[in-house]
Amino acid sequence: MSETIFELSSPGRRGCTLPNREIDTPLSSIFPSEMMREKDARLPEVSELDVMRHYIALSHKNHFIEKGLYPLGSCTMKYNPKVHETLVRHSCFNNLHPYQPEITLQGSLELLYELQDDLAEISGMAGVTLQPVAGAQGEFAGLKIIAAYHKAKGNHHKTKIIIPDSAHGTNPATCSLVGFDVVELKSNAEGRCDIDRLREIVDENTAGFMLTNPNTLGLFEAQIEEISKLIHGVDGLIYMDGANLNALMGIVKPGKIGFDVLHFNLHKTFATPHGGGGPGCGPVGVVEKLLPYLPVPMIAKNENGYFFDYGHQATSIGKVHTFYGNFAVMLRAFFYIKMLGAEGLRKVSENAVINANYLMKLIEADYHVTYNEYCMHEFVADSSWQKKEYGVNTLDIAKRLLDKGFHAPTIYFPLIVPEAMMIEPTETESKQSIDAFAAAMIEIAQEIRENPELLHEAPLTTPVRRVDDVRAVKVLDPIFKIET
Amino acid sequence: MPYISNTDAERHEMLSRIGVGSFDELIKAIPETLRLKEPLKLPKPMSELEITRLIQGKTCRNVCVQNTNSFLGAGVYDHFIPAAVDSIVSRPEFFTAYTPYQAEVSQGTLQFIYEYQTMICELTGMGIANASMYDGASAIAEAILMAVRKNRLMKAILPATLHPEYVKVIKIYTEGIGVELLTAPAKNGIMDVEALAMMMDDSIGSVVIQSPNFFGNLEPMHALEKIIHAQPKALFIAACDPIALAILKSPGELGADIVVGEGQALGNSMYMGGPLFGFFATKLDMARLMPGRIVGGTLDAEGKRAYALTLQAREQHIRRDKATSNICSNQSLCTLAATVYLALIGREGLKEVATQSAQKAHYLATELAKCPGCRLAYPDTPFFKEFVLQTPIPAAKIIDSMLPRGIFPGVDMSRFGHENQLMIAVTEKKSKAEIDELIGAMKEVCHV
Repeated sequence: MSETIFELSSPGRRGCTLPNREIDTPLSSIFPSEMMREKDARLPEVSELDVMRHYIALSHKNHFIEKGLYPLGSCTMKYNPKVHETLVRHSCFNNLHPYQPEITLQGSLELLYELQDDLAEISGMAGVTLQPVAGAQGEFAGLKIIAAYHKAKGNHHKTKIIIPDSAHGTNPATCSLVGFDVVELKSNAEGRCDIDRLREIVDENTAGFMLTNPNTLGLFEAQIEEISKLIHGVDGLIYMDGANLNALMGIVKPGKIGFDVLHFNLHKTFATPHGGGGPGCGPVGVVEKLLPYLPVPMIAKNENGYFFDYGHQATSIGKVHTFYGNFAVMLRAFFYIKMLGAEGLRKVSENAVINANYLMKLIEADYHVTYNEYCMHEFVADSSWQKKEYGVNTLDIAKRLLDKGFHAPTIYFPLIVPEAMMIEPTETESKQSIDAFAAAMIEIAQEIRENPELLHEAPLTTPVRRVDDVRAVKVLDPIFKIET
Repeated sequence: MPYISNTDAERHEMLSRIGVGSFDELIKAIPETLRLKEPLKLPKPMSELEITRLIQGKTCRNVCVQNTNSFLGAGVYDHFIPAAVDSIVSRPEFFTAYTPYQAEVSQGTLQFIYEYQTMICELTGMGIANASMYDGASAIAEAILMAVRKNRLMKAILPATLHPEYVKVIKIYTEGIGVELLTAPAKNGIMDVEALAMMMDDSIGSVVIQSPNFFGNLEPMHALEKIIHAQPKALFIAACDPIALAILKSPGELGADIVVGEGQALGNSMYMGGPLFGFFATKLDMARLMPGRIVGGTLDAEGKRAYALTLQAREQHIRRDKATSNICSNQSLCTLAATVYLALIGREGLKEVATQSAQKAHYLATELAKCPGCRLAYPDTPFFKEFVLQTPIPAAKIIDSMLPRGIFPGVDMSRFGHENQLMIAVTEKKSKAEIDELIGAMKEVCHV
């Protein structure tokens, strides 16, 4: 059992020193007494060494990219180049204030201006805002733009957004937040949008269609031209969830094949460390007619240099972040694009696709692969037959993989595949590491046949054994009870 | 090619194992007409050395706060960060891990979030905190939406003393749900208590109070709380500076229902305003209405203490369009920095940071009020570490004339519609010599 930092606390112990007081006005002459705190916040009292040992000990209980393969489908857990970290920590990046005079921010603004342009080129969009701070916030900004477009045209009847049943959960949640009604579109037997069904549900009230491409089953939505005709035919707009863009760079430009709005996940596609769940960055690209609605400010350039441009304030959806988004994440994407160039980005996509298909081939004899065709950068396996035959479900398989030094794939998603394992090896994995992962998967398949009980016991070698999620909900314990 | 391991020979081997002759066969599902015919128009790839040189060149064109005497604040603050914070935050074990979906191999991340939640609850005086929001602004917006879930009342009151950039973000987040935002007027740089009382009725779902507010002033929380809770259904949303909470009464003690704020000041660099992180805490009985991720303590199969993500049934990946919010990724790494910062600074240290910031700010305010033509915009109102100075000439002129001396004297309030005003922030990092330098410079600049 690992102690919390609070249990290491010892009254009077200090973890860092602060400057001596040069001005020592009594607080009682600064604040009215009724505003002052009577009881201290019980923060830990520990030394720097206590802190280092405690958090290093915790760090050893984590899986992370440098430790082993992280095949979380749709999360794109690729390797994060180290040079990014050296560069981003430059004191002339991390010590900038958002309200400095613009003439003192020219280096940064120039980088952001170029990044806007590069992302527009990669996606085929007319303009890009870097402001949204996460993929889901990008979705939010994108749907706000769709809402603003319809409002400006007087399309007040357009209240619904169509979303496939294979979509990320954020898509419908974002629709609700923006105030649209969600209409679900079932996938067809091939794992793609059912065009016939789409034809039935598209009508005058359709504001837009939200599509992940490649979709969460790892398949390219090849009928995009037909979808485009249908949706644009009723003056609807097509939103692309760009979570899986690392399969398309240099191969397809979404802005040129029918999509009107797209969000990027810079942290996925352009390799920012995921940081245990963030921060990320979710820029949004739009076609020409939607430029007036982008959030303010944009980064622009005139004869005096680069500046925060509020010029289209009157038509803009407004602002989604206090300042200008996650600058430090944007920088990493800038470095990544500059180091790879056109050729490198295309290679990234090619390798993502090759690695996924190679892995799929290696394990398809032991696991049921849901859709029998080549995939893009990820694929979905379904262990329903293992469940039926041996009573071993996907969760058991995932836990057993942890024992073998790998992170588990995304499980039970997409929702349309019952015992789903959504596997994305990413392009940074070598043939050898994919071989090793496949070997572990095949070994597990063997174990399921010979000793299914072992799978229910898994994991056996991790820092803790299988964690009781149900108890975490039933006996809610969200904070440590500190004894004073 | 950087970051791709496979050689051409290996690619061939893999393609042939897959059973195709070329890469193009793998993407045959993409219609030929949709595929790019030309390569992307991007500059040639750069080596590690070349990108390093390029960036050195660009950073030269920035002036960083470290080499300047800066008094900039207004939402982002230059507090001291102990070296050990980055040492831990940059460990790949934390840095390149993902959302802790597989608890057994994510106990490191899960436990620090649990510790973070505990620290936030200690500071705010609340019963439960989430694992963070995007920034202070989105945290307030989500708090208003949570109030709607609680009482179904569609009106929210924002004070005129709230950060104007927050107001913009709140507006965009709440308009789709149909929330009506009302503005309560200010008097002397704080809320007008009587005016708020006049606005309150049983249709008001929530009232946001920011203290210290946008002008740095402390709101009369006791009086405001009474007025808000005179309406039994209305929720009191307090937005606050976490540093100030070391010495000032916690919103929990003052009766707040939801407490939010910007957490950047806790161990995170300014980075031109991002990433930031919003903290979010509430009463335990409202846990299920809360947005965002929550970590809970539990047990493993052997009965050992363990941690897991909990209450996920509220979230978008399960509830889809009925979820409490669309938030998926959060600002986990920023909260790790905050956790390590709070552990290092500790109980006494945070009080010292808050005390010195306030003492130095008040010294500066007193001295600047003596400069020719200058006066405090709100002389009778208590403030924490930031204040507004009324100046005899446009603030932009002051800022421009101090630039060559390497001083950022504050934020020009004309961008928010207040002419001839500078907003000046002071942290514990400012030495007396630096503060005196600004005082000297102001005396010269304003003596016209």
